[in-house]
Amino acid sequence: MKPRHKRLVAVVVGVAALAVSAALVLNAFRSNLVFFFSPSEVAENKAPQGRTFRLGGLVEKGSLKRAADGLTVSFVVTDTAKSIPVRYTGILPDLFKEGKGVVAQGQLGADGVFTAKEVLAKHDENYMAPEAAEAVEKARQAHERAVKSMAQSAAGAK
Amino acid sequence: MSTKELDFGEHAARGEWWLRYAAPQAFFPLAGRLIPYFVVLAVVFAACGLYLGFFVAPTDFQQGEAYRIIFLHVPAAWMSMFLYVVMALWGALGFVLNTRLSGMMASAIAPTGALFTFIALWTGALWGKPTWGTWWVWDARLTSELILLFLYVGFIALKASIDDPRRADRAGAVLALVGVVNVPIIYFSVQWWNTLHQGASVSLTRSPSMATTMLWGMLLMALAAWMYAIAVCLARVRLIIREREREMAWMRELGGGE
Amino acid sequence: MNWGSVDGFFHMGGYGLFVWGSYGVGLLCIALEVIALRMRARRLARTAGGEA
Repeated sequence: MKPRHKRLVAVVVGVAALAVSAALVLNAFRSNLVFFFSPSEVAENKAPQGRTFRLGGLVEKGSLKRAADGLTVSFVVTDTAKSIPVRYTGILPDLFKEGKGVVAQGQLGADGVFTAKEVLAKHDENYMAPEAAEAVEKARQAHERAVKSMAQSAAGAK
Repeated sequence: MSTKELDFGEHAARGEWWLRYAAPQAFFPLAGRLIPYFVVLAVVFAACGLYLGFFVAPTDFQQGEAYRIIFLHVPAAWMSMFLYVVMALWGALGFVLNTRLSGMMASAIAPTGALFTFIALWTGALWGKPTWGTWWVWDARLTSELILLFLYVGFIALKASIDDPRRADRAGAVLALVGVVNVPIIYFSVQWWNTLHQGASVSLTRSPSMATTMLWGMLLMALAAWMYAIAVCLARVRLIIREREREMAWMRELGGGE
Repeated sequence: MNWGSVDGFFHMGGYGLFVWGSYGVGLLCIALEVIALRMRARRLARTAGGEA
């Protein structure tokens, strides 16, 4: 075999190895592309049955309850259409908050309660000073009030 | 002298002066003259960016001070993707035009690209732990960025394993061009699939969702990363030119390159 | 100005380890790259000098 041919073989083998590893990576990738399922998807039985999966959504406001041991918590994950109660024993991440995003990994029990082994906080891409966030929240509440009072006066006018 | 170099001479004569710099012997001194300017710009931009990021930009309303990792994380992640595209473009250029400099440029960019990819992954882990509650998850954004690191390392290893530099350039170009599909996957992963990683705060299609001082700190750091990458890649391509062309007449005239 | 004291600056609101761990390793990477380039240049100068 000439050195040229040898090198050609080396390149072919290299490219083949690369292709195989790429295929393996892509396969692993595909099974993780759906990183989490929303409560609506779980209700439609789109999530894997009887296996561990991730449940993602917002922590429903006012749903967080801590047990006496201080480590076990229960809360409700919602996507505003459907919601699923979650039970978890362990340390919650700093950004875990009611009304904020969450991704919980665990299994859905027969009683409809999702038992989580791991809870991750999913934050959004907004960055601002606390005072600015407060102002935004105040403006939102004022807007809501205005909409409500307008609806009321419209109903009164009828 | 080969006909290729004569061609560049003709281009220069026709007024396409910039094509002259596609030849290593013309590019070598130009790169050497430019490096100090880029170093100075990198230092100035980084100093301004860090000052804005740490002393002017306010605390974040949900992440507290942990968000300040963004001033390193996002510029590093941007550079990791951008440098890969530039590397692949040089590879393609070398493939089509068969110019010596193109392959050397691609080789010079790869280590810096790998470095920025590593920084993006490392700072991401240190940011993810206090905010998300985990160092690492196999979501689409994190996995595709890890694949980018493998692509850089594979590119460097492939080139190192082939003795003939021109052949190595061609093989590397093929790998770089195949791998370039990964870049849009990284960028759009947070839109195409549900991921733990949040969406983009800065994009071309809408106004940024960041406080102004935070944004400026981040953009200045991104500029600093650009200037640094240019300076380091130019320094490296000069070394590669000296290594590869030390036997050539023009390099011998320079006295072994220095 | 965000920080009342030097300690407050390094403490980073409790996230000091994560923030400085990021910037520290970032700086280390840059330093290593620059040193690696310097060493490569020195090696090259030696071999080129030997040949000439």
